[in-house]
Amino acid sequence: MLELIIFVLMAAAALAGAVAVVRARNTVYAAMGLLATLLAMAVLYVVQLAHMVAAVQVIVYAGAVMTLFLFVIMLVGVDRHEDTRETIPHQRRMTIGLVVVLLLVIGFVVVNGSFDWIPVVGAPADPQLTNGTVQRVAEELFTGWVLAFEATALLLTIAAVGAIALASTRRRREES
Amino acid sequence: MQDLLWLVIAFPLAGALVLHFLGRRIGEPRAGYLATLAMAASFVVSLVAAWPFFGGEAEAYRLVMWEWMPSIGASFELHWDPLASLMALVVTGVGALIHLYAVGYMHGDPRFSRFFSYLNLFAASMLALVLAGNFAMLFLGWELVGLCSYLLISFWFTLPAAAAAGKKAFIVNRIGDVGFMVALVIVFGAFHTLSFSGVLDRAQDILDPSTATAIALLLLLGAAGKSAQIPLYVWLPDAMEGPTPVSALIHAATMVTAGVYVIARSAVIFEISPIAGPVVATVGALTAFVAATIALAQTDIKRVLAYSTISQLGYMFLAVGAAGHIAGMFHLMTHAFFKALLFLGAGSVIHGLQNEQDMRRMGGLRKQMPVTATTMALATLAIAGIPPLAGFWSKDEILGVAFARGGWFGFLWVIGLVTALITAFYMTRQFVLVFLGEPRWADGAHPHESPRTMTIPLMVLAGLSIIGGFVNTPFRLSLEHFLEPSFQGVDLAHPSDDLGTFLLLAVLSVGAGLAGAAAAFLAYNRPTELWERFEASFGKLWGWWQKGYRVDDAYGAVVVAPGKKAAETAAFRFDLGVIDGLVNGIGRAVRALASRLRPVQNGLVRSYGLLFTAGVVAVVTWILVRGA
Amino acid sequence: MSLVVTPGWYMTLAAILFVIGAVGILTRRNALVMFMSIELMLNAVNLTFIAAGRAIGSLDGQLAVFFVLVVAAAEVVVGLAIIVAIFRRRQSASVDELADMKG
Repeated sequence: MLELIIFVLMAAAALAGAVAVVRARNTVYAAMGLLATLLAMAVLYVVQLAHMVAAVQVIVYAGAVMTLFLFVIMLVGVDRHEDTRETIPHQRRMTIGLVVVLLLVIGFVVVNGSFDWIPVVGAPADPQLTNGTVQRVAEELFTGWVLAFEATALLLTIAAVGAIALASTRRRREES
Repeated sequence: MQDLLWLVIAFPLAGALVLHFLGRRIGEPRAGYLATLAMAASFVVSLVAAWPFFGGEAEAYRLVMWEWMPSIGASFELHWDPLASLMALVVTGVGALIHLYAVGYMHGDPRFSRFFSYLNLFAASMLALVLAGNFAMLFLGWELVGLCSYLLISFWFTLPAAAAAGKKAFIVNRIGDVGFMVALVIVFGAFHTLSFSGVLDRAQDILDPSTATAIALLLLLGAAGKSAQIPLYVWLPDAMEGPTPVSALIHAATMVTAGVYVIARSAVIFEISPIAGPVVATVGALTAFVAATIALAQTDIKRVLAYSTISQLGYMFLAVGAAGHIAGMFHLMTHAFFKALLFLGAGSVIHGLQNEQDMRRMGGLRKQMPVTATTMALATLAIAGIPPLAGFWSKDEILGVAFARGGWFGFLWVIGLVTALITAFYMTRQFVLVFLGEPRWADGAHPHESPRTMTIPLMVLAGLSIIGGFVNTPFRLSLEHFLEPSFQGVDLAHPSDDLGTFLLLAVLSVGAGLAGAAAAFLAYNRPTELWERFEASFGKLWGWWQKGYRVDDAYGAVVVAPGKKAAETAAFRFDLGVIDGLVNGIGRAVRALASRLRPVQNGLVRSYGLLFTAGVVAVVTWILVRGA
Repeated sequence: MSLVVTPGWYMTLAAILFVIGAVGILTRRNALVMFMSIELMLNAVNLTFIAAGRAIGSLDGQLAVFFVLVVAAAEVVVGLAIIVAIFRRRQSASVDELADMKG
């Protein structure tokens, strides 16, 4: 029962945020919408016993990534109002069409329950198995998934270096 | 010596090549003498190689030079027998004389050496034709002489009439060639080879009458094209646009006789068919008569001779159609002598009057051109069949064969006799108009006798026209014995052995000739107005004769005009419209499609994103629905 | 439908969020908003992973999300650096102007 209420509330929030991202004219409003969605998602993760992931989501995603986004919005022009006319012919129409089709498909799948390896209707499995505490996650991460872990560490390093290179090349040239 | 038989063809061929590439450097007149020398050399080789046959040797000699397509019996092989040797001697002998004549006639022509190159090439081709040992090589020669005829008729190609005449000759010949080719196909189908030894020796065992008839009639079609018989004779009068030596060599003495030669060579096949012989003879007789009537009313000196050639060829066809092959070949030989002489004489007249060809503007030339006049007179007597000149013996033998066979051929004999009368008439008419009477030529023309290079051949040919007939008189049938080995297995027709019959026929034909000659002499050896009135008295008939019964116009309307229409439709409506339209249309369609598709590549991320998404949606939908 | 919240519900929500993110990419011209839509889509996927992991009773779902998170962060870093660099050149954040690959 509790889960249902939380689900409905958080789903509404996530959807509202998503729509805000897509529809807001002001870029900062869009960023705020995304933030709302991210926080709602974190709550949904907690409900599904993914505690560690929820925490990381809040710290990294909602924290660092959104902050970065806002910084860049500031750099790029925070008060610029985007021209809302669509330049590509048929783009809006096609998009709506595709969306309708997708939603219909989703609806079809949901109603028919044609995932036979994911029980759509029915109780979830034993909760203890998926209790995502830090300890449990760490156990799995550093044993089975250690290679991927190291690889992502490398990836992060490269990304950081790359970003600095991209951003700073201009500055060095400007100075000389 | 017979191993070197190929030299007969090689000499003129070499001459042609040398003159083609080095002719300009060799220059006039040495180029002409070189060509003449090649012909003379060929003549000598032919004579020596034919010597055994004079001695009665009956075995044919075969020489294979190169296996070209052995599977169908087509190689470069030579077949040397009395018939081939006779043709070779006539071609090279008369040809050499004409080459010599042409040195004088073509003096000053800017393409002098090219002319002789073509003449030599023609000779080589004709010799290849007569020496061929199989139908394929014969056809090769056949086509090549057609080509040379085209090259030489339109030698002065800057004249539109000459170019058109060359084209006409080639095209009309081609129609006959189709018949020839189909005949070869049937021959191959029946015999599985094209060599003479394979075909002619086995013909009587393999051919049934209907197949033989088909082959024979198709060969007749080809021969009619090459030898200018009805219905394919229309090219020969126009071919007079070519230089006179060409008319003499090709269109009198040699190429046009190729048809007669082919029929004589294929005698066994014609014999098996019951109707082919009569058909050939009828075509010949009819052509002889019709052409003679047309010759009556011609005013161009060469055109008279052209129609005369057609008419005399008709006699030869009459002969071979009646299985009188010896008679036909005899007349071929004598005709080569006096017709070449007539043409060369006409050329001499034309040359002397600075290219005047209309007989109405000649007259009285016997004083200025005595040699020409004398030789032309002898030739006229010969062709009219006045004994003891050559034409009498050969023409009489033909008429004798027709008479002896009787029946339908008897009727043809009558036609031949009437034609003889007409022949004598128009030839005498020509002689009178040109050489007798008062001069009618234009002021400023100074007629003069031709140089020796031109008069010597005239005299030689005149001599031959006098004595040439004695090779085959009924008292001494030398030519017949000579040619007999070539016709083994063929039931040759002869004139009656009876001396009385011979005399009767001789009296009739000589009488007809004299009557015609006398009538022409009386009609034309008078002031101009009188013989003009004489001609007018024939009324519209004279006009018909003069226009050749308007056969050319008929062909133009029935064949040429639809052909041109078809060509225009094909070229402009079909090729331009449909095919180009199709090709261009494809181009246009591709371009249209491309310009429709190009907006997809607009470089915008969101467009591409839309396409991605559409693809993803499609795949997802398909997976999900399939799993449903 | 019974009123127990099953993983299927979460997946449905995730699907709808994904669609909204897709619409955002296709419709908006501002590069930053497009990027944010991409983040939205990634989050939808994360939710799907969590729900699926829970449904089959394995921790692998959460671990996958962990990695997605990390990689998304790296991607955002680099992507925003690129956007900044482009903005410096063109003074505009509209992706429609980046059409040099036009065919």
